[in-house]
Amino acid sequence: MENSLLLTYLLLVPVAGSIILLFFKAEDERIIKYFGLFVSTVVFLLSIYIYFNFDSENSSFQFIHQFKWIETLNIHYKVGIDGMSILLVVLTTFLTPLTLISSWSSVKKKVKEFTFFMLFLEVGMLGVFVSLDLFLFYIFWEAMLIPMYFIIGIWGGERRIYAAVKFFIYTMAGSLLMLVAIIWLAIHASSYLGGFTTDLEQLYKVAPLFDQSTQNYLFLAFGISFAIKVPLFPFHTWLPDAHVEAPTAGSVILAGVLLKMGTYGFLRYNLPLFPAASTHFASFISILAIIGIIYGALVAMVQTDMKKLVAYSSVAHLGFVILGIFALTQESVQGAIIQMINHGLSTGALFLLVGFIYERTHTREISYYGGIAKIVPVYSFFLMLVSLSSVGLPGLNGFVGEFLILLGSFKSSVLNSWWYTGFAATGVILAAVYLLWMYKRVVFGKVVNPKVEELTDLNKREISILVPIIIFIVWIGVYPSTFLHVSDKTTTKIIQQVQNPPKAELK
Amino acid sequence: MINLIYLTILFPLIGFIINGVFGSKIKNEKVIGVIGSGAIGLSFLIVVFAFFETLSLPVKERTHIVELFTWLKVGGLDVSIAYQVDQLSLVMALIVTGVGFVIHVYSIGYMHGDKAFWRFFAYLNLFIFTMMNLILADNFVLMFLGWEGVGLCSYLLIGFWYDKDFEKSTTSAAGLKAFIVNRIGDVGFLLGMFLIYLVFNSLNFAEVFSRATTFHISEHIFTLIAIFLFIGATGKSAQIPLYVWLPDAMAGPTPVSALIHAATMVTAGVYMVARTSIIFASAPTAMMVVAVIGVFTAFFAATIGMVQNDIKKVLAYSTISQLGYMFLAMGAGAFSAGIFHVMTHAFFKALLFLGAGSVIHSMHEQQDIRHYGGLKKYMPVTYGTFLVAAIAISGVPPLSGFFSKDEILWYSYTNIGFVFWLIGVITAVMTAFYMFRLQFLTFHGKSRFDEKKTHPHESPRVMTIPLIILAVLAAIGGFIGIPELFSGEHGNLFHSWLEPIFKSAELKLSYFGSHSHFEEYLFMIISIVGAVAGILVAGYIYLRKPQVADRLSARFKSIYRLLLNKYYVDEAYDATVVNPLVNTSKSFLWKIFDSKIIDGFINAVASWIGNLSSLIRKIQTGVVQSYALVMMIGILLALFWIIMSL
Repeated sequence: MENSLLLTYLLLVPVAGSIILLFFKAEDERIIKYFGLFVSTVVFLLSIYIYFNFDSENSSFQFIHQFKWIETLNIHYKVGIDGMSILLVVLTTFLTPLTLISSWSSVKKKVKEFTFFMLFLEVGMLGVFVSLDLFLFYIFWEAMLIPMYFIIGIWGGERRIYAAVKFFIYTMAGSLLMLVAIIWLAIHASSYLGGFTTDLEQLYKVAPLFDQSTQNYLFLAFGISFAIKVPLFPFHTWLPDAHVEAPTAGSVILAGVLLKMGTYGFLRYNLPLFPAASTHFASFISILAIIGIIYGALVAMVQTDMKKLVAYSSVAHLGFVILGIFALTQESVQGAIIQMINHGLSTGALFLLVGFIYERTHTREISYYGGIAKIVPVYSFFLMLVSLSSVGLPGLNGFVGEFLILLGSFKSSVLNSWWYTGFAATGVILAAVYLLWMYKRVVFGKVVNPKVEELTDLNKREISILVPIIIFIVWIGVYPSTFLHVSDKTTTKIIQQVQNPPKAELK
Repeated sequence: MINLIYLTILFPLIGFIINGVFGSKIKNEKVIGVIGSGAIGLSFLIVVFAFFETLSLPVKERTHIVELFTWLKVGGLDVSIAYQVDQLSLVMALIVTGVGFVIHVYSIGYMHGDKAFWRFFAYLNLFIFTMMNLILADNFVLMFLGWEGVGLCSYLLIGFWYDKDFEKSTTSAAGLKAFIVNRIGDVGFLLGMFLIYLVFNSLNFAEVFSRATTFHISEHIFTLIAIFLFIGATGKSAQIPLYVWLPDAMAGPTPVSALIHAATMVTAGVYMVARTSIIFASAPTAMMVVAVIGVFTAFFAATIGMVQNDIKKVLAYSTISQLGYMFLAMGAGAFSAGIFHVMTHAFFKALLFLGAGSVIHSMHEQQDIRHYGGLKKYMPVTYGTFLVAAIAISGVPPLSGFFSKDEILWYSYTNIGFVFWLIGVITAVMTAFYMFRLQFLTFHGKSRFDEKKTHPHESPRVMTIPLIILAVLAAIGGFIGIPELFSGEHGNLFHSWLEPIFKSAELKLSYFGSHSHFEEYLFMIISIVGAVAGILVAGYIYLRKPQVADRLSARFKSIYRLLLNKYYVDEAYDATVVNPLVNTSKSFLWKIFDSKIIDGFINAVASWIGNLSSLIRKIQTGVVQSYALVMMIGILLALFWIIMSL
């Protein structure tokens, strides 16, 4: 019982931090920076404490804290975590301090506001992952858009306003359907539950009892908002714009955490709530995912802007995750969950690396570079390692996820065809093409542009941001059991919820 | 020692880390070289001990699994970082660490003065580390780790001199090509693994192979698995249609060509087929595919090898061709003969490459044999050892290549048919021809370079001693696999050592048919005569009548150009696959489909809503009179409607 408040503390610490921050003088940038780092580090340590006290043998939600919030509508504040959300919570708290440090030199204006929005964003992200009440979830889901909107809109590149508005409206438009679905669901579930409720665990019991077509509509209403967030082909076009214009910290969080909310949403809401619809749409969504894998990779391949290339590569990587989710086997879903973490680490690190070099030259054009291996060897080493992790080289993290997803989807009885895996596997080739081709053009070859001669190698601060990420990249690659074990029981449970949904009982 | 087998993997890893992390600060070439070579030397010693320990055990107890820790355990999948020490993996490990050690030592001399000396040794050690994982893995997934790992090292080492040009392109482009072409093959490997997992519910060798003999599975499935795996093998082992990366791989430093692109890595595909022999043996169609691809690649590459002018290119095509022989052996069900050829080939081909390196080294990076000639007197050790290798690969008894190649040819005749034998022999004649063309043009005749500017010299001892060691092995290495025909009651030692590994596969294949000793002698004599003829023709053309070569190439100009340009396969791949893919992605997928159609649609919806809104906004004029007018019209309409409905 004494632990039940921990998740609430996890949310309150950054809230408190951001409020305290408002009392700081805007000129004290140094203090603000250290304070932001301090707060986010406390959040990280707290999440680690939760992680170590988490019981991975237990598949039910843990650290649940709830109280009545809106009495008349029977809406609760309810938070809790399971083997899937704990990993995403730790990923979020892990990346936030790193991105704050990464911005120390790149964010030059309005440091106070920036730090405020980053902490605000962290609250929103953590809230999404720990909410166990649909209403609460929806609030966090929408609230999170606000800081990201400002982060892109204020600290972004040239077309930042366009990108920020597009990001905001596109994702918002998708969410509205979800809101309607949440309300509809809560109202119609009340006849089974004897009252209006948005409690997720309660809804798990009744939503699967709806008939097929009802489930289908609800699935789509939820699914579209998640699909936009992932982004699933063809809802992806906001992503390259948002990524290219966002400041490095924004891109890292966007790729590292925000996109995961879409895939998380599918696993947390769509699958268990609408099992019949999930199997009904599995093939269709998997096909979109596979198109995303191939299409994203091909478009990434021909980009001339490094950041846009990485952005499109996310479409391909998240395609793997979605395929893993809808293949609905233990292997593939486990792969999808670990791949969510992997993508956060690898693509996060790629955005950091692109950001580091952008800070020095103010260009991300691939053709500007060439032959920098000799000039910035440390940078080249990190870029190689992270690229290989993203390419899915065995021994590094990316392989574990991709392999499990492909292995699982191959034997999937839901998809029931080898073609899915066959096509998806070509993504393995294309990933090597677009990343290593970029690497070759940027790092290898002769120096053609004399300006790159003046590049300076990574400094200690930059290295200290990358090293923690690299540790996990290697750790997951060599000994993934640490993490696979945490989500194992939860995965089994989610698959159970889809394969053997609760049956209607005569009342 | 068997239980300590993981040390053979750990030492190269440690060497890699030391040289990789501290190498740039150590600066002293000797220290770096000793760490790098020493790591492999220690590995080799452990393998040797493990070998003798295994040898001392009864045949039935010669397989050991050394498990370190669980790697991937999800659902029904349970694979570990675990190493399998048995007859087959020991042979491969001996080759890799033994030849690897010699090449490491050689590299100390060859790479002397290179500013990234440390990086070279770090990569070489990383290569041995991944290669040993590939060989010793006790499951498919760990083997795949090694498989992709060696691909990475190959990529890194081909592009080692990353700012250098290579032919029409750059070394890093050659590295990239190797990695991508290998990845195409790797997808085949992956799909093979998935299918194995689906059918056998495991990816551990021991489980899969025992289930392959006990489960009732249709031949169709076996064929599919085998073909998928073989696609992987064609990538790694440079067989048609995925061989195109290997000639370009010559962009790497020559010791790399010797170690990775001749002796060890490229034989991984052969090893994989041998390892999974029971699966292949259960799929006769796949076996035939392997044999056909093998023999055709052997022939095809040899034709190209006959006209190339770059010393390393000749050797590269020769390697592709020899690998073809190995696959012919696999396809013919002569698994141990194939592995035997892996071994002898490792000796003589590594020697040829190191010899070539010695020549290139002394000729100031000149690789065109038209600018060599008469080097015999300048570099006698290189000359002598190169000659041994050339005789060995040509198949002249009693050097090693003769025994292994002849065994393959014999089995391809007895097991799958005369045609395979015939193409194999013709290829052998071509092999003898192009090898001695190389030998004669390089070392004999008059020098065709400016002796005032270029001063060829023998390489230092650190390079020549490795040459001598390999020459001894290339000369006598074949005696371990003397056919029963000669050795009588002892039988073929190499064959009987590996027999337990291939027993179940051979039982499944059970080739019958009797062939007399007379036949065996006859076929053997024909291939010896062929080899000698090839050498003599090369001698006649290139020593006696140099003008003949020009006349021939002039008369058969179109054929000559076709061969010289390697049948234009690279160009064909570019035109049919690479360029269309890149161009379509760029000019259609990205610029039109993504930007105009998908994003255009989204933006169109947004602006449509925007326009609609601003249209509606016009109603909000703020003029009270017009609101009153609209209200009036509304009331009138409402009244009208009420009246009408009464």
